This record gives sequence, C-alpha cells and structure tokens, in this order.
Amino acid sequence: MQSTSGRGDDFLLEIRGLKTYFYSESGTARAVDDVSLSLRKGQTLGLVGESGCGKSVTALSIMGLIPNPPGKIVAGEILFQGRTDLINLSRGEMRKIRGNEISMIFQEPMTSLNPVFRIGKQIAEAVQLHQKVSRKEAWNRSVEMLRLVGIPLPEKRIHDYPHQLSGGMRQRVMIAMALSCNPKLMLADEPTTALDVTIQAQILHLMNQLKKAVGTSIILITHDLGVIAKMAQKVCVMYAGVVMETADVITLFTNPLHPYTLGLLNSIPRVDRNTGTKARLKTIEGTVPSLLNLPVGCRFSNRCPKVHEACRRWEPELAEVPAGGHSQHWVRCWLHGDASIKSRDQSLSDS
Amino acid sequence: MAENKVLLEIKNLKKYFPTTRDILSKTPGWIKAVDGVDISIRQGETLGLVGESGCGKTTLGRVVVCLEEPTAGEVLFEGQNILGLKGHQLRSLRRQFQFIFQDPYSSLNPRKTVGGIIGEPLLNYEIGGREDRRRKVHELLDVVGLRPEHYNRYPHEFSGGQRQRIGIARALALNPKLIVCDEPVSALDVSIQSQIINLLEDLQDEFDLTYLFIAHDLSVVEHVSDRVAVMYLGRIVEVASSLELYRHPLHPYTEALLAASPIPDPTIESKEIILEGDVPNPINPPSGCHFHTRCPHAADACRQEPAPLLDEIKPSHWIRCRRVKEIRNLADSVRPSSF
Repeated sequence: MQSTSGRGDDFLLEIRGLKTYFYSESGTARAVDDVSLSLRKGQTLGLVGESGCGKSVTALSIMGLIPNPPGKIVAGEILFQGRTDLINLSRGEMRKIRGNEISMIFQEPMTSLNPVFRIGKQIAEAVQLHQKVSRKEAWNRSVEMLRLVGIPLPEKRIHDYPHQLSGGMRQRVMIAMALSCNPKLMLADEPTTALDVTIQAQILHLMNQLKKAVGTSIILITHDLGVIAKMAQKVCVMYAGVVMETADVITLFTNPLHPYTLGLLNSIPRVDRNTGTKARLKTIEGTVPSLLNLPVGCRFSNRCPKVHEACRRWEPELAEVPAGGHSQHWVRCWLHGDASIKSRDQSLSDS
Repeated sequence: MAENKVLLEIKNLKKYFPTTRDILSKTPGWIKAVDGVDISIRQGETLGLVGESGCGKTTLGRVVVCLEEPTAGEVLFEGQNILGLKGHQLRSLRRQFQFIFQDPYSSLNPRKTVGGIIGEPLLNYEIGGREDRRRKVHELLDVVGLRPEHYNRYPHEFSGGQRQRIGIARALALNPKLIVCDEPVSALDVSIQSQIINLLEDLQDEFDLTYLFIAHDLSVVEHVSDRVAVMYLGRIVEVASSLELYRHPLHPYTEALLAASPIPDPTIESKEIILEGDVPNPINPPSGCHFHTRCPHAADACRQEPAPLLDEIKPSHWIRCRRVKEIRNLADSVRPSSF
C-alpha cells in the first residue's frame, strides 16, 4: 500500500491505510477500507463523495469518536504533526487533543449543541477543559469567539440558548466552539448542507477568513462539488470506503481521471448561458454497492462506463499519475497510473 | 410555448397560518406564508419556483393541489376556480393535478407494497378491475425504470432514488395534466439526482405534462425550467424565462442568490455578494419591501413605503423592486428582450 506523501516533513495530518469496520448481525460493513490522505499546514482538504462513501467515518476515526461496539479501527495510522499516531492514544490522551488541537463541526447545529445549556457556557466549557484559565477568563474568551464569528452583541448572546438562534447563527456558534482553543486542525462535516444558500455563503466566507486569521487547517467534508471548488486546495474523492482520486483542486476539475469523478462532474446540471442549450444530464447508472456486500475487484466496476475484465477481478491500488509541477495526482483505476491494464489482461488470458 | 393555453392561474393567493404570539394576547399573530402571489403556468411548461426556507414555495405548491386551504385568492385550473369546489366536484378534478414529495422516506406508506402504493390512486377512483390496475401499475413501473418484481416489495427495500421513482409512478397513475414537484431531488445524491431529473424530463415529453417545480438548488431549477419565479417571504420578487433570469437577474435578492450558489469550477472567481443577517421570520416580516433589511441597495422609501407591486420591466420579465431602474441603469423605454 503506497503512501500518498512523499516528503513526510510538514504534513499536519497523514492517514495511512485506515480501515474502520462496523460489525453487525448482517455482516461487516467496511465503511472505511484503506484510506490514505495527507494534509499540509494551512491547507483545506476537501473530502467529497456520496452517501456511504466513508467520508464521515474517516473524520470520526480521526477524532476517536467511532462507537465501539459496533465500530472499530482495524488497521492503519493517523499521524498528527508527524509524530503522534492518534489511533494508539489512550482515551485520556485523545481527550486532550479532541476539541483542543483537533476540533470538529457537524452538519446539524441543533443536534450538536446542547439544548439545555447557554451557548456562552458551551464555549467556555471547551476552553476551561483544555486551558488553565479561570472561569471568568473562559467566559471572556466566549465573548471574544462569538465576536470573531460575526455574531452581533456577543455579550448578550452568550446568555442565549441554542433554540433562540437561527440555523446560521447556531453554525457560527459551533465554529466559535471549534476554534476556541486555536486548534491546528478543524474537521467540518457537511457544515452548510442544512443551511439556506445565502447563509451558506456567509458561513463559507467566514470559514475562509478565520482560516487566515487563526491559521487552522481544514478538512471539509461535503457532497457539493461547488463548495469544494470554492473552499479546497486539495481534494480526495471517496467511493464505497476508499479514495478513488486525489489531486489539487484545479487538476481535479480540469483533468479528472477516475471515471467516477468524471461521472460526478458530468452529473451536475449545466446550462450554456450563451446559447441557452441544456444538454441532457449524463448519469452514472446503477447505485452505490452495499458496504456489506462489495463487488470483487474495483468497487466501481458494476457502474463504470469504461470497465474492463481486469477491473472485475482485481481491485486497483491508489497509484500516482505522472504530472508536471509539484502537484500530485493519484488515481485508483486500472486505466491510469502505474497499474497497467495490459499486464493484467495478459495474465488473464494466460491463465 | 406562447401559444399554449394557460393551464393554471393563481390570483392574489394568500395563506396565513395563525399563531398566538404571546399567551396573554387575544388576537393571534399570523405567519404570512404566502402573501399575495399571482402567477400562471401554460400547458407543457415547467415553471421553476425558487427561494430559501420560509419563503412559502412549499405552501404555495400544497395550496395548488388542495392540500391546504388558502386564506384568500383564487386558483383557476383550466379556467375553473378549484378553491370553490367541494366533495364530488373537487374529487373528480383532483385527478388532474398530482404531487411529488420531497422526502422519499416519509412519503411512501411503509406497510404497503410498491404495487399497492402506485395502485392506490387507481383504487380510490375505482378505475378498472383488479387486473386492469395491476397491468397499469406494471406499465408505470416500467416507465419509471423499475422492474416488474418490485411490485411485491416494500419501500424499505429500496434506495432513496428508487423510492422517488415509486413516488413519481404514483403521481402518474391518474394521467394528470399538472404535477407539482416539491424538491423532488434534494434528498438524493448528486449522481442519482441526474437520473431522476432525466426521468422527469422524459416523462414530460412522453405524457405532455406541465410541472410546477419547487426547489432551492438553482442549477437544478435552471436546467429543468422554462420560466423561473423567485420567492422571498411569501411574495414573488422576480419572474422571467430561465435563460433571462440567470443571465440578467434584476432583483437584488435574485442576484445574491445566484452569487451565493457555489460554482463547480475553481477557476471561476464569482462575484461575492454576501447578504447580511438572517432570512427574516414570516411571523414578523419587515415593513415595506420585505427584503429591505438585507438589501445592499435599500433606501428610505423601501422601508417606509408600502411594498411595490410586481412590474413587467421588460417583456416577460417581472420584478418587484421600486429602485430597479436606478440600480440597473435601465432606461425608461426598454428594448424588448430577444427571448
């Protein structure tokens, strides 16, 4: 299994061969089944994919929030700041990192904020837990954070309960909480999916500003390719538990290689505004396979328009595509990268 | 398209929901979900209706198919006011307009088989015998891309996209003329969305359907619609052909909405228009023009004067804004658009 890094020096986070499985009576769901990715300081990495691809489970694995039972990280390393393997930390050690050096915001701010505590207290709680400050200082920090995220009259708002705020405001509170301890890394799991589009624009704008101000790196999880294009410098496309393609954002949109990535980009409705022509949408036929019952060979083989015999037999590895410049482009596909489809087809006809 | 007759006409429609603002007050407050909407849809057309939460688009859709009773106004279907009808008359007319729901999980009865769900409208209207209904349901399964063996399965055995196909088949069962699609693809993954959009477009051609397509995803609406109406806090603020609206949005809200929709192309630097504040509450809408609290061009008149009316500023391009001519540098006499 190849590592997607090359130079392991200034990677803030490096995930190598992560496997997180969920065990149930119906079988084992291989939610994350060999995921490797890396993130530099100051970068925003977009993790994009559709339902069941494993992007949320990847984030929860990083945070040590996989419920056990039924879930378990069965393999891999999650290297934070080049030295700490998060998977091997004790619960106490992970608790020191969670909310402090690595924080997370979720899709539904109403269910992730505690409804019975005032928002000021919820932010102060995070601060007090991780930093040796007095209660008063923690509350002052709360006010400061609310101001930072653009909530007007923060000295009054700290006394509000979550239900008194709108969805956009609650998400700002979540961001305030997540940034209260100046984390090095923030995981944002579909942070704007539940919000109206004009509020989404506000929140994304805010996240970019804060990233510059606080210096936090971000892993942004979403299914929305428009949000990815706007926010991410690097993108990993996930499908059925693995990374299918990794590239910098411009390369991914201008030179996508994996048939799944191509399919996703082609599914987006586009209208030529000069002529008004509306091309019939190209679709990806079929549906995502069940994680309990993945196909042999490439996971995308049963839906791929470019499928070959080799694809149905063997699962390709994530392989580097030779590219000019510093950008790295990795694809998991027999048609690209080092893996050669000819040699596989050859051994097929030989046997 | 312009020669096609008007199928549905909505006149000054209002739907207010009562709410008690405080426990001691005797007069209830009102949630003005739909606050004076005028719009018409021609046969064979797709009218897109966009707006954010609380704008009233779903309520409008539900009133059109008589799932809600309006507070005021008229809905004329083929010239007949459907809101005055009751009982048997309403029932026979209701076959002509159907509804596709947003949530493919809650809109199908989990205790009925797929065959039962799709066949239920036929049963309700006593159409054909059991064998005829069965045959019709199989035809519909085929038309929406499902298989014959799905007839006896239950909704929980299907994915979101497949369930939406079941909902569409059910909506087609009575051969309606008009289908109100309420966010039919929002709950689906992007690659499934495109399958369902293609299906809806194919069905429109095959069965000569008219759609009122309600959605918040602007790129989907642009693709699907012939004309688009933008709603804000219970009122329509702009209506134009799809091409015209997306190329030349006139209302500041439409412009902000379009600017806010992220474009899946990292090489394009789109104009950033970040609206301040939240979407206001329909219980307590702002005075005058509802949008003035967030409008980058708001003037005193916008706050103080009563809300402007929908005005045809260019041929077939309607807008509700008293300052549009100044903001957009439009001359008083405008040349007709090329559409």
